Amino acid sequence: MLVSVGMSSDVSGAMDEPLRDRGGRASRTGRARAVEAVVKAAIAGSGWIAIVILTAIAAFLAVNAWPALSSSAAGGWKMLTGSLWYPTASPPEFGFLPYIVSTLRVTGVALAIAVPVGIAAAVFISEFAGRRFKEFSKSVIEFMAAVPSVVYGLMGVYVVGPAIKDLFHLPSALTALSAGVVLSFMALPTIISISEDAMHAVPNDLRMGSLALGNTRWQTAYKVIVPAAGSGIFASVMLGMGRAIGETMVVLMVAGGTMDLTWSLTASARPLTAVIASEMGEVVQGGLHYSALFVIGLTLFVITFAANLAADLVLERQRKRWRR
Amino acid sequence: MTRARARARTRGARIVETVMKIVTGAAAASVMLSAFALLGYLLYRGLPSISWSFLTSMPRDGGIFPAIVGTFWLTVGTAVFALPIGIAAAIYLSEYAPRGARTRLIRLSIANMAGVPSIVYGLFGLAVFVMFFGFKISMLSGALTLACLTLPVIITATEEALRQVPQDLRQASLALGATRWRTIYKVVLPAAAPGIVTGSILGLSRAAGETAPVLFTAVFFSAPLPSSPFDKVMALPYHIYIMATQPNRPQPAIVWGSALVLVAGVTVINIVAAAWRSRARRKVTW
Repeated sequence: MLVSVGMSSDVSGAMDEPLRDRGGRASRTGRARAVEAVVKAAIAGSGWIAIVILTAIAAFLAVNAWPALSSSAAGGWKMLTGSLWYPTASPPEFGFLPYIVSTLRVTGVALAIAVPVGIAAAVFISEFAGRRFKEFSKSVIEFMAAVPSVVYGLMGVYVVGPAIKDLFHLPSALTALSAGVVLSFMALPTIISISEDAMHAVPNDLRMGSLALGNTRWQTAYKVIVPAAGSGIFASVMLGMGRAIGETMVVLMVAGGTMDLTWSLTASARPLTAVIASEMGEVVQGGLHYSALFVIGLTLFVITFAANLAADLVLERQRKRWRR
Repeated sequence: MTRARARARTRGARIVETVMKIVTGAAAASVMLSAFALLGYLLYRGLPSISWSFLTSMPRDGGIFPAIVGTFWLTVGTAVFALPIGIAAAIYLSEYAPRGARTRLIRLSIANMAGVPSIVYGLFGLAVFVMFFGFKISMLSGALTLACLTLPVIITATEEALRQVPQDLRQASLALGATRWRTIYKVVLPAAAPGIVTGSILGLSRAAGETAPVLFTAVFFSAPLPSSPFDKVMALPYHIYIMATQPNRPQPAIVWGSALVLVAGVTVINIVAAAWRSRARRKVTW
């Protein structure tokens, strides 16, 4: 009853506070309603912002990539399979296979380090560590995630690169290997925090049941917790991979940047992100070279979109599974 | 199974337990240690360069003042664009959105936005703000680009904070005759404020450290102090990148000093925000 008095202007003022001016009350409720409608529209509009921006990114990338993609001499599949990148020659060559391979080499190194170390660290933090270490490790991981990528690049140029050069007696400090090692530090916070969350979300009943059957903590972790948290761990790896593939500054500074097509880890690399960052400053805006860089951007967008979508779908399934 | 075999099995399991505890512990410890090594090295190389004149003088006198100012204004601009829309979007998701495929699609888009590489945001900013809207390479273009990149962080953190406000508070306000928006504005938002502020600061501090998105939308290696949003600016991360990749790296002191200023700024702001949140949380009980 009270609610209806407050909400509807027809009966407002009719039953309470007879001394109050009726018109004033009615208009106050009317204004509240108008504000409500305007605000609701604005908020609902903002709700769509993510879809709008994501669609706009895809659309603008595609539109700008089209001239190069559709150019008869150098475009289309030739870009993905060609190994020559001479964007300013005439006729130009836009084969960026060497850069895709570079991205694979660098990301491969990063994941080879970050996945085992990250999952092991997550198992320890979730299953073995005490409460204090848990809290402490969370803040350290937050710090690692907050350090700007250009600072990781700096560490790669001054510390990690030279160390790897000395360790393997390489001619140069700037290689796919050193960039991958630096990238693994950037993928670690993602992998650890999301896997740890997934293990934490496993219902405690399962843990207690396993321990009550006489399993040790490790047996519980290995046979019960990790399989139960499997989809979350998979998602963490996907997101870590997305981060490594999309990272720009580290590979720009540390990977070296030559364009040879090679699978060698100790050779220099020029991943997709580095090509865009290093060449966009020198191109004629609106030209074919400019457009070819957008093709690379579109490729990156599609790859990371797929990785994120896989992670998200798997995480959603896990969430439903434990909600009950 | 004989008792002896069972005992041997138990002993084996115990050994494996100890070994695995050490192995996983070593993994966790090495991650923590490398974070501390990073911080330690940064302090060791950077601290000697830090001085009042380093922070407040122009580059020709060996300072980084314009880079600090540029990063500050870029971050403020990002906040101006990203905060209102991000908070509104989070309010929609937490308070208004119906359960269903449409809302699921919105959530999926937010998660995917967070995974788009920062250099792709740079391309997007170049195509949309610099070229399409004609803002040129300017602070405005850079702030808008960074705002797109920061939105998912702000939306996620704000929604989380809004969800933690108990349903009772909303119902009590509605029962008193308040409209839905009035309830949100007067009851839900104040209660969720600490979480919203901390989450937003986290997102903005990430924007402050980004290089790739502003590379072709806002920055210039050597620019005067900006006088309008349409000016090119210097920015700390870009300054570090350029100085560190110059042939022969002539001025390591400036590079490490700048890196320390950037990391310290980001970290200190985060710590202050987190401390403020935990204090604000202790005050509110429900």
